[in-house]
Amino acid sequence: MTTQADLDRERFHLDEEPHHPEGSSTMLGFWIYLMSDCLIFAMLFATYGVLGTSYAGGPGPKELFDLPLVAVNTSMLLLSSITYGFAMLAMTDGKRGATQGWLAITGLFGLAFLGIELYEFSHLIHEGAGPQTSAFLSSFFTLVGTHGLHVTFGIVWLVTLMVQVQVKGLIPANRRRLMCLSLFWHFLDVIWIGVFTFVYLMGMLR
Amino acid sequence: MSADTHPDAHGHVGDGHGHDDEEAHGSRKGYAIGFLLSVVLTAIPFWLVMARPLATQATALLIMAFAAVQMVVHMIFFLHMNRRAEGGWSIMALLFTVVIVLIALSGSLWVMYHMNANMMPMQDMSRME
Repeated sequence: MTTQADLDRERFHLDEEPHHPEGSSTMLGFWIYLMSDCLIFAMLFATYGVLGTSYAGGPGPKELFDLPLVAVNTSMLLLSSITYGFAMLAMTDGKRGATQGWLAITGLFGLAFLGIELYEFSHLIHEGAGPQTSAFLSSFFTLVGTHGLHVTFGIVWLVTLMVQVQVKGLIPANRRRLMCLSLFWHFLDVIWIGVFTFVYLMGMLR
Repeated sequence: MSADTHPDAHGHVGDGHGHDDEEAHGSRKGYAIGFLLSVVLTAIPFWLVMARPLATQATALLIMAFAAVQMVVHMIFFLHMNRRAEGGWSIMALLFTVVIVLIALSGSLWVMYHMNANMMPMQDMSRME
């Protein structure tokens, strides 16, 4: 006996629901988060672009920026990108020790980057070029500081994942998390390309 | 993500659906190429600004071009962006973001530049009361 309900079920419910493994949409979701983060940075870049020439009688980029230091900083971030890549390759091969090692090196490069940036910031503030000095410096500290904050949280995340991998190994969930952090970390390097080009290099040309 | 059977990053096995594990992780060669390109694309703009072999305008245009190329290099070799990732949705989200970013950046700079150029000088503002 087939009732109307049975017919409906046949029509609207598949016998076997399409298989969505756990976390199958995580990477796309995280990518869309990164795109929204990209919009935040775009707005900060636009703010810097508009305010970047308003010195309010204070010092300009030429007096403040130290290009060799920025070059060192840039190479720190670039090196951390490639070492994270090696961590991902080690993860693909299922080598836990190598993954952990490369992650640790990545974290150290990240810390070096942060250290140099904080040194630069403290140097600027010490010279009387703090964020409250001019619109140029306010937007500079906001843009570069937001990037630095992202790197800071990236390092916190990295340490968290290293503990996770140590405790639970390279289980699928941890692999997925490491891939999300990989996107995040490389994304921050892409943002840094914009920062060193538009803030530091273009600043020196003014 | 899942325990795929492709252990290596080479060779595009024809699984057109879902995700490609090897695409998501990249290969040693891919990372090496990306890194070398990035080093070159970073070093040249720094050299251009520090040594100043060219006029200011040309230098500015060149370093912006280098930045754009390096961003694409990072997208391809480090973020493993391609037209097939996540069934094409990643690249769609990326293109949408790029369009919004370009509109927001060029619009802000254009509008605010003209506003600055057409606004009355600051000294006069204080005497308006």
